Amino acid sequence: MDKSLEPIVKKLQEKFGATYEEFRGEAHCFVRPEQIVDALMCLRDEHQFELLSAQTAVDYHPQNAPRFHVIYQLTSLAQNLSVQLRVPVNGDQLKVPTATRVFKSANWREREISDMFGIEFEGHPDPRRILMPDDTEGHPLRKDFPLGYEEPQFSFNFDEIDLRKPYVKE
Amino acid sequence: MGVEQKLGNMGVVTTTLENVVNWSRTGAMWPMLFGLACCAIEMMAAQAAHYDMSRFGMELMRASPRQSDLMIVAGRVSKKMGPVLRRLYDQMPEPKWVLAMGDCASCGGVFNNYAIYQGVDEVVPVDVYVAGCPPRPEALIHGVLTLHEKVKGDKFKDLAADIK
Amino acid sequence: MTQIEEVTIDQYKHLVSERALTGETMLLNMGPQHPSTHGVLRLLLELDGEVVINCIPDIGFLHTGVEKNMEAKTYQKAEVMTDRLDYMNTMGNNLSYVMAVEKLIDVDVPVRAQALRVILVELQRIASHLVWLGTSGLDLAAMSMFLFCFREREQILDIFELVSGQRMMTTYIRPGGVWRDVPVEFEKAVRDFIKIFPKRIDEYEKLLTKNPLFIDRMVDIGHLSKETALSYGVTGPSLRASGVNWDLRKARPYMGYEQYDFNVPVLTEGDTYARYLVRIQELRESLKIVEQAMNKLPLGPVRSDNRKFVPPPRSEIGVSMESLIHHFKLWTEGFNAPQASIYSAIESPRGELAAFLEGDGGPKPLRVHLRTPSFDNLAVLPEMVKGHLVADLVAILSSIDIVLGDIDR
Repeated sequence: MDKSLEPIVKKLQEKFGATYEEFRGEAHCFVRPEQIVDALMCLRDEHQFELLSAQTAVDYHPQNAPRFHVIYQLTSLAQNLSVQLRVPVNGDQLKVPTATRVFKSANWREREISDMFGIEFEGHPDPRRILMPDDTEGHPLRKDFPLGYEEPQFSFNFDEIDLRKPYVKE
Repeated sequence: MGVEQKLGNMGVVTTTLENVVNWSRTGAMWPMLFGLACCAIEMMAAQAAHYDMSRFGMELMRASPRQSDLMIVAGRVSKKMGPVLRRLYDQMPEPKWVLAMGDCASCGGVFNNYAIYQGVDEVVPVDVYVAGCPPRPEALIHGVLTLHEKVKGDKFKDLAADIK
Repeated sequence: MTQIEEVTIDQYKHLVSERALTGETMLLNMGPQHPSTHGVLRLLLELDGEVVINCIPDIGFLHTGVEKNMEAKTYQKAEVMTDRLDYMNTMGNNLSYVMAVEKLIDVDVPVRAQALRVILVELQRIASHLVWLGTSGLDLAAMSMFLFCFREREQILDIFELVSGQRMMTTYIRPGGVWRDVPVEFEKAVRDFIKIFPKRIDEYEKLLTKNPLFIDRMVDIGHLSKETALSYGVTGPSLRASGVNWDLRKARPYMGYEQYDFNVPVLTEGDTYARYLVRIQELRESLKIVEQAMNKLPLGPVRSDNRKFVPPPRSEIGVSMESLIHHFKLWTEGFNAPQASIYSAIESPRGELAAFLEGDGGPKPLRVHLRTPSFDNLAVLPEMVKGHLVADLVAILSSIDIVLGDIDR
């Protein structure tokens, strides 16, 4: 880990009780859902992390506590550092406070996470589906949503698949 | 110039009405601008100066479906875009043809999943399929010429049966 | 197949002003199929006459489910899908995913492969900016720009076809290096391009930069201030035209970029004309990088030797038994990656393109997320457009240079 990143991670540990892991030079800090907005504001105002580069989520399906991790990747342009915050979310309590007050780019990113994973962001100004059509049921990027794989048509099963496919006017 | 040399002073040509109608339809078939994804860039490259499509009659791409005859579906059609595609196809006046450009429009291509129609012939009836990911501009031109051959073989009695 | 739902104004009540609910202003749909929306983007405009009061983008018409589909394939086979996201920058997409995989499995890349990757990625940057210039001119009714730019692009695509066999979706950059060494005609083709291109850029500038019509339509249109840009997560030429000097090639060099001498253009006005000037200057800088990399191209292998993760070249398979076994194992089962996550970013022609990759100890990734620049660059559009005319909206939309494949994934 970068030398100048160590005091920042130590401050996060003291103020929010965050644990951290390191892998190939990247620092991942685990923060509880209630504290995430304060942690983001502290990093933005005191340590000049002005850019929220990415915000996404990961599903660890067969395991329910935690089932999801919501990931915030922050970049500081002035000091040329970046840090990753991870928020573990349980399968039965899918609520995380919204980060739109701190970074405006969280608006669309959180809409995408709630569309794809079903995690609800409390206080979001515009909670509509963004990528899927409005009448979709389910959340596609969860591990228990099927891929929708269709059997390819080779010459041995050409005719039987041909009869099943919904062609139009043909 | 060639016609006058062959006829001399006559000024009369005999042919069938079908031949004339089919020939004039292939002469200036205007495509509708329906580029969705990567294949749209190859379609634009086919329209540009290096591989010129206007020598085959496709001088302009009309954005409005009411003024075009051919819909080149270039790119992958997602489940949200399907109803839009169908509505635009319905707005085109007869006679109209559809060319499915690329693998994603013909059969779903690389993407075999919940979000993409596996072949645009689940939404509109297709006349010519052009394979490739993306097809080279020369392949698209070959597809267009195949469509011209198909139109030249059209018979009036088939068209009259379609129109109800 | 679902029917198109009728849209009522109740769905957008929280986004439009109160005048729309009484009918004083008009809600216009600039639909998914429109000649100047650069792909399938739907914009709902609230108009007072010709002036735009609010703009609500509606995306998702090209959603391809790439992230879920990549979870079902092994690491090497999933790379094919990354090409088709941002289809103007196919080499760059490959590079960002491959760099993440290489960092995850800890494989080094030989120097010749690094130099070849830099040459191809910079040529791809030039091709992407040429398409932007051509379609931008087409939107503002300068139609001959389109034909000129595509003429140069054909030459670059010929170089790509020489190297990999495919014009656009090459998948030439693979984990561990590149697919195979370049043929002997590569050097001559690249040097011919380097010789003719500077004069062509001068031609484009003579046509457009001081043109009074162009300046009228571009200057003072679509202001983006520095704080708004950083808060919305905008990166790339749009950020550099608003005064922030941030380029990942200089700040966090990868693939040997620190050896090449080039400048990063930064302007402070933040309007459409500034974004145009930044991109034209980037064309010249990319050409400088290509020339330096071509002069310094080192000799050596083009693929890493670590046969547990990188397949051997075909010529070795016929003579060595271990190569055959490695080839078989890697292409049927794939390699196992550690249970950890990596975030690796490159500078694409549109901004910061990054791959977030999480492995679970097996041959298939647990989660692949691609952080694409056009997603955040589009989110700032409603701020830039308030108070302008509809014709200015077209100019602004073409200047932020979005690609819908990037946004919808």
